[in-house]
Amino acid sequence: MTEISYRDAMGAAIREAMIADPRVFLMGEDVGHYGGCYAVSKGLLEEFGPERIRDTPLSESAFTGAGIGAALGGMRPIVELMTCNFSLLALDQIMNNAATLRHMSGGQFNVPLVIRMATGGGRQLAAQHSHSLEGWYAHIPGIRVLAPATVEDARGMLGKALDDPDPVLIFENALLYNQTAEIVEPVSVDIDHAAVRREANHVSLITYGGSLGKTMEAAGKLEKDGIEAEVIDLRVLRPLDEATILKSVAKTRRAVVIDEGWRSGGIAGEIIARIVEGAFWELDAPPARVCSAEVPIPYARHLELAALPSIERIVSAARAVMGR
Amino acid sequence: MGSFKMPSLGSDMEDGTLVEWLKKPGDQVHRGDIVAVVETEKGAIEIEIFEDGQLDKLIVAPGTKVPVGTVLATLVGGETPTIEEPKPEIAPQLAAEPVRPMPTEIMPTAGTRQRVSPAARRLAEQGNIDLATVRGSGPDGAIVVADLAIEAKPVSTKTLPDLEPMRRAIAAAMSRSKREIPHYYLSHSIDVEKAQNWINRYNMERESADRLLFAVLLIKASALALRDYPEFNGFHEEGNFAPSAAIHVGLAIAIRGGGLAAPAIHDSDKLGLPALMAKMRDLIGRVRRGGFRSSEISDPTVTISSLGERGVEALLPVIYPPQVAILGFGTPLPKPWSVNGRIETRSIMTASLAADHRVSDGHRGALLLKRIDELLNTPEALQ
Repeated sequence: MTEISYRDAMGAAIREAMIADPRVFLMGEDVGHYGGCYAVSKGLLEEFGPERIRDTPLSESAFTGAGIGAALGGMRPIVELMTCNFSLLALDQIMNNAATLRHMSGGQFNVPLVIRMATGGGRQLAAQHSHSLEGWYAHIPGIRVLAPATVEDARGMLGKALDDPDPVLIFENALLYNQTAEIVEPVSVDIDHAAVRREANHVSLITYGGSLGKTMEAAGKLEKDGIEAEVIDLRVLRPLDEATILKSVAKTRRAVVIDEGWRSGGIAGEIIARIVEGAFWELDAPPARVCSAEVPIPYARHLELAALPSIERIVSAARAVMGR
Repeated sequence: MGSFKMPSLGSDMEDGTLVEWLKKPGDQVHRGDIVAVVETEKGAIEIEIFEDGQLDKLIVAPGTKVPVGTVLATLVGGETPTIEEPKPEIAPQLAAEPVRPMPTEIMPTAGTRQRVSPAARRLAEQGNIDLATVRGSGPDGAIVVADLAIEAKPVSTKTLPDLEPMRRAIAAAMSRSKREIPHYYLSHSIDVEKAQNWINRYNMERESADRLLFAVLLIKASALALRDYPEFNGFHEEGNFAPSAAIHVGLAIAIRGGGLAAPAIHDSDKLGLPALMAKMRDLIGRVRRGGFRSSEISDPTVTISSLGERGVEALLPVIYPPQVAILGFGTPLPKPWSVNGRIETRSIMTASLAADHRVSDGHRGALLLKRIDELLNTPEALQ
């Protein structure tokens, strides 16, 4: 057992992959000399050299495209986009090239690319640095979307993502980097299934990424009220592990989805649609959502906190579906 | 003005759930028309009306459970029996109906619909729970599963009838029978070789749709024999036996997955064999689908239980009250049999009779079985 931070777990995962496979390399803005905007790749330049730890210009589209080309050429690139807010500059490369090439080449080409990016708000970085766009990416066929919410998943998911012959996007909620936990090496996780982080019978709280911690705390508060909340960590936003969701809801008959994305057109709505399609006759209450307020995430501390899902809002949504 | 009431389809029936109206207000109805479908412990039953007239108002909404005798609909016109009722002195509007506990909610009130969660709605249907009697504790007062206070059952296939109410109905009727009726039992071995040969020849000359089952001969022979022994055909109610002029044989039909029903073949003694066969086929089909008529359930004057080809040698049946007799026919089996002083292999069937000793004695019962034996040995005369 070693206690390790989410940041260091992610760094260790990159290092392990670099050692295991010479085709693996990391590129992105400030990943080399600066050690990564969130210090994930600190020390890697010294260990692996500038050929494999590559600082790039501030041009997400260009270096994501370069990553796609390298993957097509037989490499196993890890592309770091500083935050998902800037990933939109590379959206054309991700969606029109990475996600489509296997399909458009009739299976002749595949793109074994991993793209990592930070996501989420809560750090007073204002509207251009605080959004949660993983739900958007989960809309796109041809890519896999991961949201590691625990240190263990941060340590274990990258290796599995590199093994995937198709593009994988990893969304790391920036508030998680300082979180620490004891993990047992070697970590073995899958990138197919949701995880039940807390088993209970009254209501299913379904969440992922940065909202998992808040949801676990909310479940603890609900327990004091006599409400036993099950917590599902989705882990994989595409493809969704519908079976785990439906099994939980069929047991508890109630669902609250907690998602830091906006409510309209978001992944929380998709999950609720799946619940209604697949478990309508099991329901005892209309499913509920706790999402971010439909505003650009504010800079002011109190406004930002009011905009993001909070423990209080999760508790009150769970109480409402219980009829309390 | 007449009324159409929730009928009693057996002495043990206290209430029924109106499932469906098959007529609309304004429709002309005639005695014998099927007007509604009612769910009872015996399954879904089509209910006939006993008056001619025009349906005026449907009072009870589908899905509502009401006690026997509750007015389901009112009728106008027709030949409503005009019994002169004493003119009520006070509150004439209250005197029309016998006092029966009425359900609190008959028609759903627009706008204030009780909310029921999908899971609770399905569970209530499975458990035959009247949601009008349940208080909701969910969001907005919705009824949720926990309010139903019963455990969720595994999802049952829609097509199979719910057997639990039927099991309860059988339990109630059979317990009452064994408690109240002093049964006596007789049995008699009948050589049915001749009857079977006759039916085989009969069938060989016909298309499969026109062929007969051996059970048809048993029904016909029994019904004819009962004409001469009226103390086995009728109802024993409130200390008195009322023989029935008509012979309506109730045929015990097993339902797949458990349970049974014994609906009537009306005037079994008067029907020819092909007509009896058609009735039997029709009844078996409808019992297994769960769609027999109210009169078929309440009318049998005697019951026959036949084990068919794949059963065992003999059975000791239990009388279905208020009937006074039940005939049982075992599976015919090849046996060594003395024929004119020589041993031959013959097809032998054990016929048994359980009868009500309050009404008849063993001597007459024995004669009844002997008469059935004679009739089965002249199969050509049964046509």
